[in-house]
Amino acid sequence: MLKSKTFLKKTRAGGVMKIVREHYLRDDIGCGAAGCTACCGAHEGPALEPQPQDPASSLCPQPHYLLPDTNVLLHQIVSAWRPGTWASVASSLRLPGSLETYVEQEQGENANDRNDRAIRVAAKWYNEHLKKMSADNQLQVIFITNDRKNKEKAVEEGIPAFTCEEYVKSLTANPELIDRLACLSEEGNEIESGKIIFSEHLPLSKLQQGIKSGTYLQGTFRASRENYLEATVWIHGDSEENKEIILQGLKHLNRAIHEDIVAVELLPKSQWVAPSSVVLHDEGQNEDDVEKEEEREQMLKTAVSENMLKPTGRVVGIIKRNWRPYCGMLSKSDIKESRRHLFTPADKRIPRIRIETRQASTLEGRRIIVAIDGWPRNSRYPNGHFVKNLGDVGEKETETEVLLLEHDVPHQPFSQAVLSFLPKMPWGITEKDMKNREDLRHLCICSVDPPGCTDIDDALHCRELENGNLEVGVHIADVSHFIRPGNALDQESARRGTTVYLCEKRIDMVPELLSSNLCSLKCDVDRLAFSCIWEMNHSAEILKTKFTKSVINSKASLTYAEAQLRIDSANMRDDITTSLRGLNKLAKILKKKRIEKGALTLSSPEVRFHMDSETHDPIDLQTKELRETNSMVEEFMLLANISVAKKIHEEFSEHALLRKHPAPPPSNYEILVKAARSRNLEIKTDTAKSLAESLDQAESPTFPYLNTLLRILATRCMMQAVYFCSGMDNDFHHYGLASPIYTHFTSPIRRYADVIVHRLLAVAIGADCTYPELTDKHKLADICKNLNYRHKMAQYAQRASVAFHTQLFFKSKGRVSEEAYILFVRKNAIVVLIPKYGLEGTVFFEEKDKPNPRLIYDDEIPSLKIEDTVFHVFDKVKVKIMLDSSNLQHQKIRMSLVEPQIPGISISPDDISNMNLNGPEKKKMKLEK
Amino acid sequence: MAGLELLSDQGYRVDGRRAGELRKIQARMGVFAQADGSAYIEQGNTKALAVVYGPHEIRGSRARALPDRALVNCQYSSATFSTGERKRRPHGDRKSCEMGLQLRQTFEAAILTQLHPRSQIDIYVQVLQADGGTYAACVNAATLAVLDAGIPMRDFVCACSAGFVDGTALADLSHVEEAAGGPQLALALLPASGQIALLEMDARLHEDHLEQVLEAAAQAAQDVHILLDRVVRQHIWPSPDYPLLQSGPWGCFSPNIPRVSWHRQGWYAPHFMLRTPQLQ
Repeated sequence: MLKSKTFLKKTRAGGVMKIVREHYLRDDIGCGAAGCTACCGAHEGPALEPQPQDPASSLCPQPHYLLPDTNVLLHQIVSAWRPGTWASVASSLRLPGSLETYVEQEQGENANDRNDRAIRVAAKWYNEHLKKMSADNQLQVIFITNDRKNKEKAVEEGIPAFTCEEYVKSLTANPELIDRLACLSEEGNEIESGKIIFSEHLPLSKLQQGIKSGTYLQGTFRASRENYLEATVWIHGDSEENKEIILQGLKHLNRAIHEDIVAVELLPKSQWVAPSSVVLHDEGQNEDDVEKEEEREQMLKTAVSENMLKPTGRVVGIIKRNWRPYCGMLSKSDIKESRRHLFTPADKRIPRIRIETRQASTLEGRRIIVAIDGWPRNSRYPNGHFVKNLGDVGEKETETEVLLLEHDVPHQPFSQAVLSFLPKMPWGITEKDMKNREDLRHLCICSVDPPGCTDIDDALHCRELENGNLEVGVHIADVSHFIRPGNALDQESARRGTTVYLCEKRIDMVPELLSSNLCSLKCDVDRLAFSCIWEMNHSAEILKTKFTKSVINSKASLTYAEAQLRIDSANMRDDITTSLRGLNKLAKILKKKRIEKGALTLSSPEVRFHMDSETHDPIDLQTKELRETNSMVEEFMLLANISVAKKIHEEFSEHALLRKHPAPPPSNYEILVKAARSRNLEIKTDTAKSLAESLDQAESPTFPYLNTLLRILATRCMMQAVYFCSGMDNDFHHYGLASPIYTHFTSPIRRYADVIVHRLLAVAIGADCTYPELTDKHKLADICKNLNYRHKMAQYAQRASVAFHTQLFFKSKGRVSEEAYILFVRKNAIVVLIPKYGLEGTVFFEEKDKPNPRLIYDDEIPSLKIEDTVFHVFDKVKVKIMLDSSNLQHQKIRMSLVEPQIPGISISPDDISNMNLNGPEKKKMKLEK
Repeated sequence: MAGLELLSDQGYRVDGRRAGELRKIQARMGVFAQADGSAYIEQGNTKALAVVYGPHEIRGSRARALPDRALVNCQYSSATFSTGERKRRPHGDRKSCEMGLQLRQTFEAAILTQLHPRSQIDIYVQVLQADGGTYAACVNAATLAVLDAGIPMRDFVCACSAGFVDGTALADLSHVEEAAGGPQLALALLPASGQIALLEMDARLHEDHLEQVLEAAAQAAQDVHILLDRVVRQHIWPSPDYPLLQSGPWGCFSPNIPRVSWHRQGWYAPHFMLRTPQLQ
């Protein structure tokens, strides 16, 4: 049947538009119930189960389907998605434009009412349809709605209808489900004190008006980690002034949560404040002590000079919430039998969340996930509901899960759809694979990697040609041969973006079959590769560059140490060793050239854990050792990346995926220059070359570690390198490598950027065909954005993992005293680096329940004077390291000063009395009482 | 293409069709008495009228006469009320010139012009309502009109448009789908041989997808052929299978007659076709 309507509409300009629409109502949409004879398989897609499992509901004992209305579906999706508990959801599939259930909007009926009516009609249709299907089975469709009027009308029309709460409560088999319901019904949730704390959020239309007229500013809300009463809003747009607005006090924060997009109103200048440097954590157990908050807010307003004041504002409305499920722990309510508890998220920027649960005692001491449902005006905390129990605090699996979740690392096992695109085993190279591919199996190729590496993505070879020149080849795993554009496997790896290496675990970007087997360039098997082959003379000048897809057969997979041994030992003369020696010689020349051009050699302390093979507990910490062979492999990888970057940019000037490293603004170097000056050294920072040279010269005969420290500091001054699309940017320079153009080509197994680069290069040399997304620079820019985000998150997750394992290590080790160097000096603390463990930590000089020592901080030098001792950057101190578990959620490494001794501040090596380390024990005692 | 979802997750388009389905087609031949051939077609809300005169002697300058074949002269116009905004469209503007040229190319390929040397065939097409796929509607109307005029052709010429959204080819685009800005392809096909009389596409479309879109358009054109064929058979031998078609000579054609009254006069739409699995 055809519905057609014609109507006239007045346009904004005053003209009259005739709008003609037609809509086809279909008669071929099935009901979706498997085994329904009436619609004989006209239905596609997911089907309803023929016999829904008995959910054991006391309200409706017969088997039934559920038909939730849109609001219920939207808000309760978390609880709905648990197999076996909710019978299959007959979603509104049947609704769009089906002939029997089409509902025309009546005169005076608004769109919402029409939709409600449409869902009721559908429910009715379903019930009649199912009855027709077979008279003897008592299948029923139950309509779930939270709208009271809608429910009443449904009951009137003879449709069994319940509210969500009624239904879930009636499920006798699954009492815990009730906790997972998002609490939306206002009646059941009134808060004792009806006092309104927050001012109302303005509606979106008003906000948009205000933003247009300039009275409000739109920005991203960023809560402060240190102070729960303070936040900043980063204003969107390019205007220079008012880039960052400070918000202070609960009322001004007005229920905004970290990462929300908000609208703020600037306060008059008289009310501007300066960011307070006080650390404040929300610790009150009592829920609604708003008066106390006000006291605290007063505390923030310390007297400051005029020029310290920053633009200050208040949140008037929320443009977009950016809530996600949060990890954290339950703080059980003091009141026994209470079902309402506070949940403390692991991320300190997220406020505590009030949840309702009956299983508080089982959830205590566990890491759990909670989702926020809303934040009413009269509530001090947002309301949420329990989602998932991750496991015990301190368990390695739980903590790993938490850090993966908190850093948004996709770590679920690969779905069936993704795995279906893997090649079938046993896999072999076929005739078809050999098309456009060169056979390089005869070459003496070997790979050099860290020990225990299973995803080998690069291999090298070097041989002398007849004309006396050298042929050098870098062979990279041909991942793009296995991951075809657009399929589920490709989409999943694009989403993951990178492989994440945690201390004891690797979160793969591609399924293991590819990462550790088919793509991994293991020795003595034929593997597909993408080769970059140069002809070089003996002074490492490139004479010819060739890119080709190839088949290789690696002759050896070596570790860095093994390769070094081969190069060094005088009596090894086999092919592999000569090849390695040739490579090493060229690499040295290449490195020298690169450094002459101004490439930086920076340093950051990298730690490696020695794991216990059984328990996977760390037994020893060790900083990574660097050998000549490390730099040999690195040199050729850099060379390959640069060659490929040039080639793809030549071919695709508009949509090459490149990597750039912007030069840092001069102000970034201030710390480094000042620190060096305190040691009578000069660091020039005007160009990368002068920086590299002055870093090389900065050495002190009495203090050999100084140079490394300077390089560590220099690393901290750098900007982040990012991927970008060449058509969207015109600055390609890579500052750190001093290369005009750079990309990532050499690790396609663990980085998605390399896969794209492989595809681009393959098209450029005519070995593969192109596809539309590859030549769409906006799509490419989106990919870059995701990759940059994933890389950053992966880095944070890695650091968090190292931090957690360091804690485990010191937990088993107990307290130790070690030598350390001061990296930074702060107002009330020093940041130290312990070279033995590559560990960095902060030594605080102010403690809560002790008189504050006399601290004098000098910003210029910089130095910190405590009582009579002065601390400079790079001073050598001795610190004691121990695990502080006074806060269960955030266990941390705590350091305190041992040497130089300052009475009242430093502690003697075996003194522990003044440290509050035994928090958990104390708490336990309390519980037992 | 922000905002509008042209293809839902369930695979339905904005107006409830599936990707490969045509809009409802109604057509009728012989709407004018004084013309040699005429036809009226509705494809959804797109309505077009075609009139054919000829073959007759060359009008105007004799120099235009072709020694070996007939001259096909096509003129396209669209009514002021045909689009959303009421707008006067003078004859000879760029769009109608181009459309006329395309129609001419299409029909030069289909009409056996060599049978009528030194003569002229006029095809006038007017669009009464434009809701996407005007070229296709014009070609289909003109085919019926040429057949009505009894001018020998190689084959029907059936046209259909196709677009490309989210990796799926959509047949017979409506105005909403055209306005969304995706690639759009118009195809005129000689269905029996599968030869292409005209293929036109503006906007960029990746080479890899072209085949898919082309196939969708060709399939749709084949479907159009089935319908047009039925219309012609109806027109010539009103069969008892279908309600009688009244091929009355209408002195004047008024586009404003509502469809209901057409039904009352016994006019029957040949068919509304959905491409369901049974039909394939």
